[in-house]
Amino acid sequence: MGRARTIARRSFLIGSAAILGGIAFGAYKLEQEPENPLRPGKGETTLNPYLLIDGQGITIITPRAEMGQGNQTTLAALVAEELDLAWGSFRIMHGPPAAAYANSTLLTAGLPVKDYEERSSIQQMFEGILKKVPTLLALQATGGSSAMPDAFVKMRLVGAAARQVLMAAAARKWNVPVGTLSTRDGVVHEPGGRRASYVELAPLAVDIEPPANPPLKPASQWRYLGKSVPRLDQVAKVTGTAAYGIDTRLDGMLYATIRINPRLGGEMLSFDASEAEKMPGVRKIVDLGNGVGVIATNTWLAFQAVQAIQVEWGAAPYPPETDAIMARIEQAFEEAPNSSLRNDGDTEAAFSAPAPDDVVEAEYRAPFLAHTTMEPMNATALYTRDSMRVWVGNQSPVINRDKAAEAVGLPSKAVELITPFLGGGFGRRSEYDFTRYAALMAKAMPGTPVKTTWRREEDITHDYYRPAAIARFRAVMGKDGPVALEGKIAAPSVTRQSSLRLAGFAPPGPDRGLVEGAFDQPYGIADYRVDGHFANLDIPIGFWRSVGNSYNGFFHESFMDEMAHARGLDPVKMRLRLMKGVHEPSRLVLEKVATMAGWTGKTPEGIGRGVAFTYSFGAPTAEIIEVRDGPDGIRITRAWAATDVGVALDPRNIRAQIMSGIIYGLSAAVMGEITFSDGMVEQENFPDYDALRMNNAPRIDVEVLENKTRISGIGEPGTPPSMPALANALFDLTGKRARNLPLNAMFDFA
Amino acid sequence: MELTINGKKHRIDVPPDMPLLWVLRDELGLVGTKFGCGVAACGACTVHVGGQAVRSCVTPVGEIKAPVTTIEGIGTPDRLAVIQQAWIDHQVAQCGYCQSGQIMQAAALLAENPSPTNLEIDAAMQGNLCRCGTYPRIRAAIHDAARRLRGG
Repeated sequence: MGRARTIARRSFLIGSAAILGGIAFGAYKLEQEPENPLRPGKGETTLNPYLLIDGQGITIITPRAEMGQGNQTTLAALVAEELDLAWGSFRIMHGPPAAAYANSTLLTAGLPVKDYEERSSIQQMFEGILKKVPTLLALQATGGSSAMPDAFVKMRLVGAAARQVLMAAAARKWNVPVGTLSTRDGVVHEPGGRRASYVELAPLAVDIEPPANPPLKPASQWRYLGKSVPRLDQVAKVTGTAAYGIDTRLDGMLYATIRINPRLGGEMLSFDASEAEKMPGVRKIVDLGNGVGVIATNTWLAFQAVQAIQVEWGAAPYPPETDAIMARIEQAFEEAPNSSLRNDGDTEAAFSAPAPDDVVEAEYRAPFLAHTTMEPMNATALYTRDSMRVWVGNQSPVINRDKAAEAVGLPSKAVELITPFLGGGFGRRSEYDFTRYAALMAKAMPGTPVKTTWRREEDITHDYYRPAAIARFRAVMGKDGPVALEGKIAAPSVTRQSSLRLAGFAPPGPDRGLVEGAFDQPYGIADYRVDGHFANLDIPIGFWRSVGNSYNGFFHESFMDEMAHARGLDPVKMRLRLMKGVHEPSRLVLEKVATMAGWTGKTPEGIGRGVAFTYSFGAPTAEIIEVRDGPDGIRITRAWAATDVGVALDPRNIRAQIMSGIIYGLSAAVMGEITFSDGMVEQENFPDYDALRMNNAPRIDVEVLENKTRISGIGEPGTPPSMPALANALFDLTGKRARNLPLNAMFDFA
Repeated sequence: MELTINGKKHRIDVPPDMPLLWVLRDELGLVGTKFGCGVAACGACTVHVGGQAVRSCVTPVGEIKAPVTTIEGIGTPDRLAVIQQAWIDHQVAQCGYCQSGQIMQAAALLAENPSPTNLEIDAAMQGNLCRCGTYPRIRAAIHDAARRLRGG
């Protein structure tokens, strides 16, 4: 169904090679417009990949995972604004995995450039090319705070073009010039008083060619954008009716769980399931190669049975103890750097013979971290030998579908994947392991739907962790701040490991992710160098909210504080001076947060305050944290944040995301740590991998500025500065400098 | 055995040591109550038994002697409870996965204490984890719901 449409094609010929973190592309022919993946049924019409109209009304496809960031509401608002719909008069749907929903800004974030700088013409050309590649690779993904930069123009154009098409259909129906028509809340009006709803016009509009570049409303005429609109998911989420992946229910469904080698990546040598097989309600034991699964009549039985299986596990492919793992990371400093993405001036000369009193040096360490989404990993699959349907909360539907298909030996087109709400993502659900295992479990029972739910213990001990990292910083200090600054960062590469796992190739060349948050900060220092060193380590690591910024923000901004204190400088003023003339919007957020908090640089006895700033994902974000000493320990009492997203599409939601990022970051800074013993992760559940609760989370005030020209996303930028701001506040309170996370190793928190 | 859930009697045939959570979710299809940890450490599975907030993931179904209320029994999309409306007005939920448990815990608090202070709210709610960090809005919504329930 649908209609044949002219597919405009454009060819891009890249002379020799384009470099994206080292990926070399040859010559590719890129489709301008991929196929509309919507397959309308009887009585349904689709005008483009984002709109489905039937007798019931209008459905907007919001093809990014809703994992809490509110993006589906804002994505729908982009379309509703231009299409001219009444708020709440439409439904939203995630939609199927498809190239049409590729995230065109995902790869541009990997450009090894300082985002705050204006792009040169050659960088703009590369950026233009990189925006086409995700469509070619069908990179439909939610991550990198990229949903809004990707959709801001695209989805408004979709709404505007559909509105024009519907008006043209009305003009034809009434035989009047289209210029005389207007719209309001999903209805086309004609001056004579005739009116027709979009629902009734849609079937008449399918053969009308949409305009390529319809005019967009100026911001001054926006009804929904730039305003705080009610989120579309709130009623479902307070009544227990929001469907998460784990809530999938199908006729005749059975319930499963898995137990994979806790020495991550190790083999299963043997297992004895004779006890488990005898347990009532157990239907099947499944050999997964590197682990076992149990299918039973309910989840609780499956949980018990899987733990009753005796297994002999093989060794881990990495050093079995945390100390040896950290030593392996430290060894990376001995090797030549993978990147020197900042190399201003001549640090070698600057450090050749500095006055010893002018030198400040420090080494920092950050641990492995788990994501701990509230909804444990799970997926449901129905395998029928020639097809499969999968229900799974995930951040990368095309990859999840393809990997599930591959696991059970079906072509991708035989697999349908449905993405319900995600009970948290934070990067964990960009992986596909949970979908692959669920597909294998379902394959063991063809024709029967099987829901595979992980125990929380399995979830925490089989994560793709935020990598541990070590940083060595040194500076030569002048009167007002650093005149030379050098940072070396060693960590295993998330980019390399995840690219191999998700895309099948590892990009050579400089890895931006390893050093982001350290090399790309808007400080003007004459001699300024940041090197990244690859640590060779086979521990599964992945994207964790703000990725490299999550540790580099802590390293860089802790060191900024150390430099300021070494010279008796105010850490706000020193940074403001370094930002001057480099990036004004960054300077303005720092100035703003200082005003919000009434920063004086002085605090009374018993109170400490710390400041930090990180430019990440296009959003410069400054935070101040306040701590107070009390009879039951140190409390984090207040947090202030100022950020700049360029265009604030939904200010209330943006503030909520910054608060969320701060609490996520502070949780990790205070108590987050994954350690290894005998090759196994030692933390198993919330009692030993906890997070801030209501009683120890601070009051948070957020201001959103719009001085930047480019729009940026906001799911991640709140996280990086929270950790150093806390460590800096603790230094102000106690005079003790924490260079290792988590901070509860050194301080007693209430 | 027989259980009264949200005012309705259910006959169920499960082992008495099966946790209430899995009876609700897998046997009865009441999936509004969530699995988070299985060890009473996150509060996502909170329901009321005889009006008291309990962690259903560690409550053996055989020990239940009073009526059970789940999030589905508090209010529905068409007939929202006051506390659910307060949650919506404050736009509390992000991923939303913990919110059934948060609302059940807060409802039990308000039934017992119609005007809780911040400290009392913190004490009652600290067993309920939220990884999205919605705590400031949860607290505001509880105060707001308390005010409305008092008729203020």
